[in-house]
Amino acid sequence: MDNIISIQNLTFEYLRDEDQMNIKAIDNVSLEIERGSFTAVIGKNGSGKSTLAKNLNGLLIPTEGVIYVDGFDTRDDNHIWDVRQTAGMVFQNPDNQLVSAIVEDDVAFGPENLGIEPDEIRRRVDKALEDVNMGQFRKKAPHLLSGGQKQRIAIAGVVAMKPKCIIFDEPTAMLDPKGRSEIMSIIDELHEEGITVILITHFMEEAVRAQRVIIMNEGHVLMDGTPQEVYANEEVLKAANLEMPLMFEVGAKLRQQGIDVPSHIITEEEMVEFICQYK
Amino acid sequence: MIRDITLGQYFPGDSVIHRLDPRVKIIATLMFIIELFIVDNFIGFAIAAICLGLVIAVSKVPLSFILRGLKPILIILMFTFALNIFMVDGRILWQWGFLKITAEGLRLAVFMAIRLVLLLMGSSMLTLCTRPLSLTDGIERLLAPLKKIGVPAHEIAMMMTIALRFIPTLLEETDKIMKAQQARGADFETGNLIQKAKALIPILVPLFVSAFRIAQDLAMAMEARCYRGGDNRTRMHEMKLKGRDYVAVLLLIVFLAVIIIETRLF
Ligand SMILES: Nc1ncnc2c1ncn2[C@@H]1O[C@H](COP(=O)(O)OP(=O)(O)O)[C@@H](O)[C@H]1O
Ligand SMILES: [Mg+2]
Repeated sequence: MDNIISIQNLTFEYLRDEDQMNIKAIDNVSLEIERGSFTAVIGKNGSGKSTLAKNLNGLLIPTEGVIYVDGFDTRDDNHIWDVRQTAGMVFQNPDNQLVSAIVEDDVAFGPENLGIEPDEIRRRVDKALEDVNMGQFRKKAPHLLSGGQKQRIAIAGVVAMKPKCIIFDEPTAMLDPKGRSEIMSIIDELHEEGITVILITHFMEEAVRAQRVIIMNEGHVLMDGTPQEVYANEEVLKAANLEMPLMFEVGAKLRQQGIDVPSHIITEEEMVEFICQYK
Repeated sequence: MIRDITLGQYFPGDSVIHRLDPRVKIIATLMFIIELFIVDNFIGFAIAAICLGLVIAVSKVPLSFILRGLKPILIILMFTFALNIFMVDGRILWQWGFLKITAEGLRLAVFMAIRLVLLLMGSSMLTLCTRPLSLTDGIERLLAPLKKIGVPAHEIAMMMTIALRFIPTLLEETDKIMKAQQARGADFETGNLIQKAKALIPILVPLFVSAFRIAQDLAMAMEARCYRGGDNRTRMHEMKLKGRDYVAVLLLIVFLAVIIIETRLF
């Protein structure tokens, strides 16, 4: 199997003042992320999801253990920029990650940092803005856009750097339902184009779209499997303080009523399709 | 209130002046300001005013819009005028008690007033006809040669870029905090100066907290996007001098020459 990210015995501690204990945010986690895959990471607040994400592109350096991103060790200063270009990152707050007062200049920020030729930057910026359906807003000021639109600009800014993998750290947490579904469909499209996606979220409905779901709890990986496997395990979900996706519960209720709903149905579309074809 | 100030604003347009290279416009503005302090007779000021008038006409920025930008500094203008007119010794034209107006004082006061008005109009033309981001780009590139003696050209420009991006965000934030505090019964309108200043504290504290939050998030986001200072950084918008820029430089030189010759002659 071809893995783009390989995490080996990662432990991360936030250092604090001498008299206090350090905070162990990640405790001996090992994971492999397959190239081109779509992985969701869920877990309650403070379970270490953001810390894990920041370790994946060298914003934080492991206290113990190693992370390889496309073969580069994140601890290696000589390759830190390769690591960050390979694994792009979209953050939660759409307001606080845009640098420039003009949309297209903001999208150009990453490629400019990479020292790419002006003509090529122009092409990438235009393409990236088209990819997120924001072409007509190229000259606008970000503060005039909605949260969802700002988040799309942030995604375009990462896409323009041509990363192989994008880590989304709760990208929809501050958006309204419309913005949320726009962002989710863009994430799906990027995955279809071959980009490895790691989606950190606390919305079960979003995690359902992934091929693999990892549940984190207090710095540990509590469970790791397909959405079906993970959601079938009620005890683990309870232990991690998570709710079951709505359609999963609906399925269970229907089964109690004697309707034979297959257990792999977890998204709304699948459920609608099943009900429409049910005889 | 903050939105009423036109000084430093951009007036969108597509005139030749708008399309000139920002570096040319910055240098021209500096030259214009320096020249205002060389001139010391009416003909010189008339030449400067005519040239500025031509630039304004070509730029298609309405004169009323530019003049509106002068309003906030009207008081300063009158103050310097009064200071000059009464404080200079010389041939007395009019006297009342200790107040006296001298011929020299009158001359100086009028010149200073013309100077200030032309200076403000000239420099507001720069910001009115140049997109703020082109302006920061222009400043970065003009300062670039000074990097060798330790002037942080890129950092200055980056700071201005980020300020331009976040001023509207912080204004919104201030608005939100004020409304939230008003909903809890805070009163920003009544009371004397000290009470009003005290009422601002519950706004400033959360504003600072949120500014620090933004700074932290932004620094992290910039690092994640491979930001590592100005070295080896390329730009999407290249700055190349075009035909019109050379013409502008030529006109600028002619203008300067005329002014220098004129001050020598009269
Ligand atoms: N900058 C920091 N300094 C100290 N402790 C932190 C910092 N960031 C996060 N933590 C702590 O690390 C743990 C994991 O946090 P985080 O990775 O942000 O979790 P999540 O993203 O899952 O909510 C929490 O206990 C949190 O308090
Ligand atoms: Mg988090």
